Amino acid sequence: MPSADDIKQRIEAALPDASAQVEGADGVHFQAVVTSSAFAGKSRVAQHRMVMDVFAGELGGSIHAMALTTKTPS
Amino acid sequence: MSENQLRDAISEAIKDNDVILFMKGTPEQPACGFSARTVGVMQALDVSFASVDILPDPRIRQELSGISQWPTIPQLFVGGELVGGCDIVMEMYESGELATLVGAEDGAPSAAEDVPTGPAVEQDGLLQPENRLS
Repeated sequence: MPSADDIKQRIEAALPDASAQVEGADGVHFQAVVTSSAFAGKSRVAQHRMVMDVFAGELGGSIHAMALTTKTPS
Repeated sequence: MSENQLRDAISEAIKDNDVILFMKGTPEQPACGFSARTVGVMQALDVSFASVDILPDPRIRQELSGISQWPTIPQLFVGGELVGGCDIVMEMYESGELATLVGAEDGAPSAAEDVPTGPAVEQDGLLQPENRLS
């Protein structure tokens, strides 16, 4: 099962200059706050999809749920 | 109704209704906390919206997610575009973006203002899901 830190590293590796704060100790439910300049000018749905795409095939499976907040760097 | 007909009916409902919420249960009786919170936001903004209960037929959810490419319920559409689920709707409500998007008269929620919790949905113009998607 992935740790919160695994999730954080995968998000940060996949999205340009992203920083992620990830919580979730049970290995299947996570909460992530992701900041990336790649979100600029995109709708929130598009921003969430960019993060969800990192875990395509795992969400709803080995990862039950990820509560997501996306931000652009201020 | 075949899957294709169902998908067409969902697409049409999204196109025909400026604000439409696909949810578990009804605005009067939400069947899930995320749907309830989303309904609460729409009622706080005092905008009329169509709603579709996805629970009566599992194919509604399947076809909806096929159209929207969004896995979870609820899903709010405005002007034919997916706005998001509960988290996004809450965030956009708090920032005032949602009020702007749906053309609500009230702006961002003020701290002094209580969010109404009771059912306040107008029946006029409210899509009756059982008429639309069964």
